[in-house]
Amino acid sequence: MARRIPTARKTLTTAAAWTTGLVIFFPILWIVILSFKSEGDAIAPPLTMLSAPWTTEAYTTVQERSDYFKHFWNSVVISVGSTLIGLAIAIPAAWAMAFVPGRRTRDLLMWMLSTKMMPAAGVLVPMYLLFRNFGLLDTRIGLVGVLTLINLPIIVWMLYTYFREIPGEILEAARMDGATLRSEILYVLTPMAVPGIASTLLLNIILAWNEAFWTLRLTAANAAPLTAFIASYSSPEGLFYAKLSAASVMAIAPILILGWFSQKQLVRGLTFGAVK
Amino acid sequence: MTFTLRALLGACAVGALAAAASAETTITVATVNNGDMIRMQGLMDDFYAKHPDIKVEWVTLEENELRQRVTTDIATKGGQFDVLTIGTYEVPIWGKQGWLIGLNDLPAEYDVDDLLPAIRGGLTVDGTLYAAPFYGESSMVMYRKDLMEAAGMTMPDAPTWDDIKAAAAAMTDKSKEQYGICLRGKAGWGENMAFLTAMSNSFGAKWFDMDWKPQFDQQPWKDTLTFYLDLMNNYGPPGASNNGFNENLALFQQGKCGMWIDATVAASFVTNPKDSTVADKVGFALAPDKGLGKRGNWLWAWSLAIPAGSQKVDAAKAFIDWATNKDYLALVASKEGWANVPPGTRTSLYENPEYAKIPFAKMTLDSINAADPNNPTVDKVPYVGVQFVAIPEFQGIGTAVGQQFSAVLAGQTSLDDALAAAQQLTLREMTKAGYIK
Amino acid sequence: MATQHSRAAARLMISPAVALLLIWMIVPLTMTIWFSFQQYNLLYPDRTGFAGWSNYVYFVTDFRFAPAIRNTLVLVLGVLAITMIGGILLALLLDQPFWGQGIVRLLVLAPFFVMPTVSALVWKNMFMNPVNGFFAHIAKAFGGQGFDFLGQAPLFSIIIMVAWQWLPFATLILLTALQSLDREQMEAAEMDGAGPLSRFVYITLPHLTRAITVVILIQTIFLLSVYAEILVTTNGGPGTASMNLPFLVYLASIVDNDVGMGAAGGVIAIILANIVAFFLMRAIGKNLDA
Repeated sequence: MARRIPTARKTLTTAAAWTTGLVIFFPILWIVILSFKSEGDAIAPPLTMLSAPWTTEAYTTVQERSDYFKHFWNSVVISVGSTLIGLAIAIPAAWAMAFVPGRRTRDLLMWMLSTKMMPAAGVLVPMYLLFRNFGLLDTRIGLVGVLTLINLPIIVWMLYTYFREIPGEILEAARMDGATLRSEILYVLTPMAVPGIASTLLLNIILAWNEAFWTLRLTAANAAPLTAFIASYSSPEGLFYAKLSAASVMAIAPILILGWFSQKQLVRGLTFGAVK
Repeated sequence: MTFTLRALLGACAVGALAAAASAETTITVATVNNGDMIRMQGLMDDFYAKHPDIKVEWVTLEENELRQRVTTDIATKGGQFDVLTIGTYEVPIWGKQGWLIGLNDLPAEYDVDDLLPAIRGGLTVDGTLYAAPFYGESSMVMYRKDLMEAAGMTMPDAPTWDDIKAAAAAMTDKSKEQYGICLRGKAGWGENMAFLTAMSNSFGAKWFDMDWKPQFDQQPWKDTLTFYLDLMNNYGPPGASNNGFNENLALFQQGKCGMWIDATVAASFVTNPKDSTVADKVGFALAPDKGLGKRGNWLWAWSLAIPAGSQKVDAAKAFIDWATNKDYLALVASKEGWANVPPGTRTSLYENPEYAKIPFAKMTLDSINAADPNNPTVDKVPYVGVQFVAIPEFQGIGTAVGQQFSAVLAGQTSLDDALAAAQQLTLREMTKAGYIK
Repeated sequence: MATQHSRAAARLMISPAVALLLIWMIVPLTMTIWFSFQQYNLLYPDRTGFAGWSNYVYFVTDFRFAPAIRNTLVLVLGVLAITMIGGILLALLLDQPFWGQGIVRLLVLAPFFVMPTVSALVWKNMFMNPVNGFFAHIAKAFGGQGFDFLGQAPLFSIIIMVAWQWLPFATLILLTALQSLDREQMEAAEMDGAGPLSRFVYITLPHLTRAITVVILIQTIFLLSVYAEILVTTNGGPGTASMNLPFLVYLASIVDNDVGMGAAGGVIAIILANIVAFFLMRAIGKNLDA
């Protein structure tokens, strides 16, 4: 641990790491820059573009044209709502699977995951008919329902791998002390499971936030989240680089910031608890 | 957790607020993200002043997204929209299905006879007008007067394809990133196939004969594509197989194209000094022909229609009336100038002396009048539509054929193979759909 | 270890979740299977009825079907290859001590949060456009010509876009795994004269096996259903060069409005996905067990 690292080597690593990091981040950086330029400058060669005056024109236009905050709020409600409901359903299921595994548990899990590979387009019309009959079209509740169910397999799997790491002996010990099932879950299991639940929560908020098929095709004016907001900038007539950049920045910024703040949790979550 | 709880409570509060305000009628308008529609959204104060009891919610989407979204909704009777923005392709099909509400009862002041006959004809099925045109377009040649002059050439008002080729050759200077001609190459029934179908009409080609048998194995299609490929490979910009309207517009505005044959609405973009570096150097000509009696120009109108099943027909009609009548044109002219008025819908606009000063006004009108959706081709055909075939299958077939032609342009396959594939896939789809027994 | 009591409780707890899961998977699945045997085109409301296997036959005999299967596999394998190799190299680099570790981690992580649609739009317009894109501007600055990425190398371009989004995911998981590597073992090996390469092959790589498995598994699930990137950029073309299975299903059910054929395509896709999942579990599933 306490090995001395020669400064020369550290400098070299620093240079290499920063270069790679910036290259990977570059496309995002680039649209941030473009979003503060005028449309005419945004398609100019890079050097001309960079030296052109800065302006917030594109943001003003985008905000005038579409109600960003409405879309943003819909995104928040839909992604947070679907994740919370998903967790509420998945926690008991995953708990049971992890501590009382059946012979077919693993196959069941794999099958659940494989349903995620079904192309959504193939189910659109059946779903649309269902939604119409239940009056769920263009409602946030409807979208919360769909996204909950879509991401449920991932949630169950993640929690399952997490819960499996909790040693069964602890439960045995608690039981010896005469704990009821309720207090067993409440006081013994929950504190140990919280990190896993937190990472599952985060990853699913991200997945739900970026879901762009159902959120676009089951909404109209009321429940449309940021994915629909972006769809109105995708290829209009005329120059659009600056406006598209501004809209893109506005759509990804909230989730990017959330992701950055919670990256430690996220890394654990992404690994499905399988990597320590 | 408290945050999310508050978030959910907030959501409820927002919902309650919306309910309280719904004493007025709220209509949802689905529209495409084109400039003229966006401009309309900025002029809504005028509508609200005239109709304080109607509130308009917008759903603005990219063209293809919009078409798919609206089709799903109308076909399943989802009832999410009260006003739809659709084109001359959908109106005949949907009108026949009984999916749209007729607009024959618009008020007298609307002056439906003022609509351009070609456009109105395209939106009428069996005597019923099913959609009100918001703007109409044909296609024409836009060219750089300065480059033509420098090459010692002049562009006739009604050029032939050979004139176009000669001009493209003279204006091309690849070392200066200056390409003689920019044309659509991006695959899609509304992208490259719109252009190529219109072009093929002037070469005497057609999609189907009277028995609905596809005609890609006939010489005229081969001639059309050979000529197109020759133009694009020698005088076109790089990456043309991914260029649609927008990409070409950007190229032309930057002064990289000598000519561009595309929608007449592009004229107001390329002559707008704010975005275009060549605003004062653009000339206009009719789409070319080959002496066979048909020109390679199309006809399209983005139009507003009401889906059958809308619960708010009166409010929707009031909106359509407002958005497509003469007063709206005058409103745009007073706020944004005549050049930004939605073109191509009304005779009175072209009789207006103020509008006649716009350099592209006359050429737009002539182009629209030169297109005839009911007799699009040299030979007789069983279908309606200039740059499309107004049957439900065309979106799918047109896009698949467009992929083939786009692949030839990209150099990924040979012309003969692409034509054979186009013939085969069209035959298959038409057989499946029951046109060919 | 499980008592009668806890088993019953477990079944009780598992039931609402499993019931919901089943509803979700059974109801749409049943509907899809039902529609796949129906003649149902949105634009022909009056042509309905039992279609037999014809939807399946038409879907499979489409000339785009074979290229779509091939491209689906190429896309998955291509992205996996790039993200695995790139991810391992990046993780090794970021595992070294250097200044600003926290910030570089954030930079590398960022693409994972970008909506697929946004990522595709940005790559297509701002970077890969052969005239106004960033790469074209760079090429021109050096006297070259813009390369037409989406026309000349469509599938490759899409692989790059998708890999950009998934590289952070692979890197982070592998990095996390690397950080738990036993340093003393490494140092001992170094003392014994093992070179960097053999240390990597005999110590690091085995340690990473489980993380690699997780990355492959999860990425495969998501990559098999990639379609937004194709829709935004190439529409499956030119020709069929970038057509994959989900996109073909999309064309059938949404562009052609043929609900029956779209459903048939969906069923075929699920079957293929299950085959892939089955082999995947056979091949690497055992690495998951601790």
